Amino acid sequence: MMPSRIAGFIKRLHLGRRAVIAFPLVWLTLFFLLPFALVLKISLSESAIAIPPYGPLVEYADQTLNIFLNLGNYLFLLSDSLYVAAYWGSIKTAFVATVVCLLIGYPMAYAMARAPGRLQLILLLLVMLPSWTSFLIRVYAWMGILSNSGLINNLLMGLGVIDSPLRMMNTQFSVIVGIVYAYLPFMVLPLYAHLTRLDNSLLEAASDLGSRKLNTFLKVTLPLSMGGIIAGSMLVFIPAVGEFVIPELLGGPDTLMIGKVLWEEFFLNRDWPVASALAMVMLLLLLVPIVWFHRYQSRELEE
Amino acid sequence: MMRSRRRPSFTTVMLVLGLLFLYLPMVVLVVYSFNESRLVTVWAGFSTQWYGELFRDQQILSAVWTSLEIAFFAASMAVCLGTVAAFVMTRYGHFRGKTALSSMVTAPLVMPEVITGLSLLLLFVQMAQLIGWPADRGMATIWIAHTTFCSAYVAVVVAARLREVDRSIEEAAMDLGSPPVKTFFFVTLPVIAPALAAGWLLAFTLSLDDLVITSFVSGPGANTLPMVVFSSVRMGVSPKINALATLIILTVSLATLLAWYFMRRSEAKRQSVIQQGEGV
Repeated sequence: MMPSRIAGFIKRLHLGRRAVIAFPLVWLTLFFLLPFALVLKISLSESAIAIPPYGPLVEYADQTLNIFLNLGNYLFLLSDSLYVAAYWGSIKTAFVATVVCLLIGYPMAYAMARAPGRLQLILLLLVMLPSWTSFLIRVYAWMGILSNSGLINNLLMGLGVIDSPLRMMNTQFSVIVGIVYAYLPFMVLPLYAHLTRLDNSLLEAASDLGSRKLNTFLKVTLPLSMGGIIAGSMLVFIPAVGEFVIPELLGGPDTLMIGKVLWEEFFLNRDWPVASALAMVMLLLLLVPIVWFHRYQSRELEE
Repeated sequence: MMRSRRRPSFTTVMLVLGLLFLYLPMVVLVVYSFNESRLVTVWAGFSTQWYGELFRDQQILSAVWTSLEIAFFAASMAVCLGTVAAFVMTRYGHFRGKTALSSMVTAPLVMPEVITGLSLLLLFVQMAQLIGWPADRGMATIWIAHTTFCSAYVAVVVAARLREVDRSIEEAAMDLGSPPVKTFFFVTLPVIAPALAAGWLLAFTLSLDDLVITSFVSGPGANTLPMVVFSSVRMGVSPKINALATLIILTVSLATLLAWYFMRRSEAKRQSVIQQGEGV
C-alpha cells in the first residue's frame, strides 16, 4: 500500500522527467560525443590495407593482451611540412576572413538596428535569405565572376582598364572572398541581436553629457555589443578553419587549408588513421574558440 | 540626428553596399542561366534551353527527390529532439548532465563539418562491426547525421522563444492540477508553435544544403543533390547549374516572402487586439 503509493509518486515525479532529459542527452552522446572518442581511437591505430582500413588497438593472442598505441600518425603530421603549412594557412585565412566579415558586418548590423521597426524585419530577412539558398551554389557563383574569362576580367578588359586578365581565381584572394561571402550573414545576425537590445537612453545620456559620437561608440556601444562580436566571430572563424568546399572550388595550389587536406587523406589516400589524427589536432587547436563560443551561447540559452 | 537625415550615414551606406555584395553574385547566376552559350561568362543571347536540359537530367531529378525525402524526415526528427532539448534547458533548472547537454547542443553550431562527418562515419563503421547495423550506409545514416546537427539549430531557435514566453500561464495550469505532459501539449506547445515552424524550416534547408557531412556518411546508393551538384561544379561552370541555382533562389525567395506576409499579418492582428483591449 504505502510503498506502492510512494513508488507511484516517485515514478510520476522522476521517471517522466528523467525520460525527457534522457532523450536528447542519449541521442547527442551517442551521435555527437561518442564519435569523437572513436576519432581519437582510430588516430592511434595503424593504417592497414583492410576494410575498414586500420589495425586493431587491442589484441588478445597467446594469452597476452596487447594494446597498441601508435603515436606514429601524430609524429607523421609533424614531420611533413605540408600539414603544418595547411594548419597555419587555415588559421591565417580564417582569421583574415573573420576580420573582414566583422568590418563589413558591424556597420550593417548597426544600420539595421537603427532602422525603423517595420524595415528591420525586411532587412533581417534580406540578410538571411542568401544563407537559406545553397552554400555550394553561392560559392559556385564566384567561379563565374572571378575566373580569368570571368565577369570582372571581361568587364575590365572591355573597358580597356587592363590588357591581360587579372589572376584572381585560385588565389588566397578568391578563398577569402568566398568565405566572407558565405559567412557574412552569420556575423551580422548575432551583432544585430545585440545592437537592437542596446538601450538608447544610454547613448542619449552620453551625448547629453557632451560625449562625442566616436567616443560614445568606443566607450558605450562597442563594449555592450562585445557578446555579439564574439559570437559572430566564432560562428565565422571556427567553421572557416575546417572549410573544405571553398578552398576546393575557389582555391589553388598555394592556398593550403586543413579541411581540404583531411578530405584528401580520407577519400583519395584512404588513410583513415592520418585523417583522424588531423581531425584531433584541428579540434585541439579550435578548443579555446569553441569553449569561448559555448560560454557565450549557454549564457544566451539559459538566462 | 539632424545631420544624419540630410545625408546618408556611413552605416547606411555600408548596409546598402553589403546587401549589394550579397545579392549581385546571385543576380549574375540568374542572368547567365538564360544565356544561350555554354560558356557561362560570355553573353550570346536569351535562351531557356538549360532549363530543358535540367529537367531531362535524371541524375539531378532523382537526387532532388532523395534530398527532399531526407530533409523532411531529418527536419521532423530534429524538431522533436531540439524542442525537448530546449525545454529541458530552459525549464528544468539544474540536473545532472546539464553542462554536458548544453555543450552538445551548442558545439554542432560551430564544429567544422569535416570533423563531424569523419567522426560519424567512424561511428557507423564501428557499429556495423559490433552490432551489424548499419550494414550499408545510405539514407538512414544520412538521416541520423542530419538530425543530429539540425537539432542543435532547432534547440537554439526554440529556446529563444521559450525564454520569451510568460511562464505564469504554465504555472497556473500546473497549479490547477494539469499534469506536466498535458501542460506542455496544451499550454506551452501552442505558444511556441511559430518557433517550431521556424526551426523545422531552418533544419529542412540545412539538411537540403549539406555536402560535407553527407559525403562522409553516405553510401553507394544515396546521392543527394549537393553531392551531384558538387561533382558537376568541380569540373567547372555549367549553365545547367545556373538554371538549378535560379530555381532554388526563386523557391527560397517565395517562401521568405510568404513567411514575411504571415509575420506581418499576425503582428497587425496582435496590434489590433491590443488596441481593442485598450478600448474596452
